Amino acid sequence: MKFTKTFDKALWVFHLNSGSCNGCDIEIVAAITPRYDVERFGIKLVGSPRHADVLLFTGPVTRKMKSRVLRVYHQTPDPKVVMVIGNCGSTTGVFYDSYAIEGPIDTLLPKDAHIIYVNGCPVRPENIINGVKEAWLHLEKLRGDNR
Amino acid sequence: MSWNDLALRVVLVIIIPFVGIFLGLLYKGFDRKITAMMQSRIGPPWRQPFRDVSKLFMKENIIPDNAVPWIFNGAPIAALVAAFVALVYLPLGPFEPVMEGYGDLILVLYLLAIPAVAMAFGGLASGSPYATVGAQRELVLMMSYEFPLAIAAVTIAWRYGSFSLGVISSDPVWNLVGSMGAIGLVLVLTTMVAVLPGELSKVPFDQAEAETELAGGILVEYSGRNLGIFYLAEVVKMIVVGTLMIALFFPHNISDWYSFGGPEFAGLVVADTLLDVGFFLLKLLIIIFSSVSLIRVAFSRFQIDRASYFYWVPMTIIGLLGTFLVVLEGVI
Repeated sequence: MKFTKTFDKALWVFHLNSGSCNGCDIEIVAAITPRYDVERFGIKLVGSPRHADVLLFTGPVTRKMKSRVLRVYHQTPDPKVVMVIGNCGSTTGVFYDSYAIEGPIDTLLPKDAHIIYVNGCPVRPENIINGVKEAWLHLEKLRGDNR
Repeated sequence: MSWNDLALRVVLVIIIPFVGIFLGLLYKGFDRKITAMMQSRIGPPWRQPFRDVSKLFMKENIIPDNAVPWIFNGAPIAALVAAFVALVYLPLGPFEPVMEGYGDLILVLYLLAIPAVAMAFGGLASGSPYATVGAQRELVLMMSYEFPLAIAAVTIAWRYGSFSLGVISSDPVWNLVGSMGAIGLVLVLTTMVAVLPGELSKVPFDQAEAETELAGGILVEYSGRNLGIFYLAEVVKMIVVGTLMIALFFPHNISDWYSFGGPEFAGLVVADTLLDVGFFLLKLLIIIFSSVSLIRVAFSRFQIDRASYFYWVPMTIIGLLGTFLVVLEGVI
């Protein structure tokens, strides 16, 4: 699947809480408030993974959420990008030796998934916007490779 | 009808859908920008809807396993085509409707119902419980707003004694009524303004889509190209409803009051027409601002039973009262 330039400028985002403490989730909501207003970059929060281009996963993946994370990933139409919001998702963070944790997320998803990591505990809204910039850079690099 | 006339109409019927899509996406962009400004945000650029659609057409088109494919794929196309056909029957600014005859208004009202019905069918065919709930809500809402809409249309048509939109838009209805009739018309106009957001499934009446409770409702299983076609159908329908309202209530043209010159100077006639087109676009912007953007910002979503009550009781009473006043004046 190709990532065209319009894809960058119209990212529709689906947010799934994969066992997070809700800290990162409220920071995602903070990023769409008037103060940060990510809609000015064309980013829109949608209600269904079928509409989404970007999946926001927050939290280390708990056992119960593992199958849901994979299902939501496969329900999303290609091309798609995954953004892992918060330390828990990228490293499992303070829950690293828990018996209930299956994560981190990148060990579960298929190897060809495009994953962007946004760190912080919880992440700041500025950092989420920075993560979107990282995603744009990643996609630009991909387009350069395709050419 | 001569061959030249027929050829001209065929060409216009091919051009008008593209005009509708362009205007629809443009006004959708303005709507989002104005909404953002009212919420003290910066908001997306006005060309954001164009990007959204071109992105959606590039995405993968998933058909769920338990969907009924031919209805699931056919519903978006039916919705878009119905919106196009309705646009062909409406007078766009100073121009006469491309297709006309007897009972255009009734035809347009039925064509306006088709996108909603097609969406409901698509939702029911997609095999998701969320979409089924959304489809039921869409049908309930449709049954609610159709009656006030019909009251508004019939009142205007009664005053002219014709359902032809060409006749109705040739002379503003306000010139035909006295003071009592004007009060009646204002009441009918109120009904029409209240029907518009329901017709377009915009915020106080977006129960069928309701992202926060139904995860996208009717459209939950739609992705890629099909979702893009629904997006286009929605924006074209916005233009259709706005144009219908202009044709019924505000068919005024600048050239009624002021004209650059007589018909002997072709350039001045073109200037007049351009001025009228600009005035039409301005009227469309004002209508979309007042009955989509403003209401969207001011209200939050109603429960479905309250939305239904709102249309069936207060709006129907106001509409019938308006009709009564207009008819009473006409009879006296």
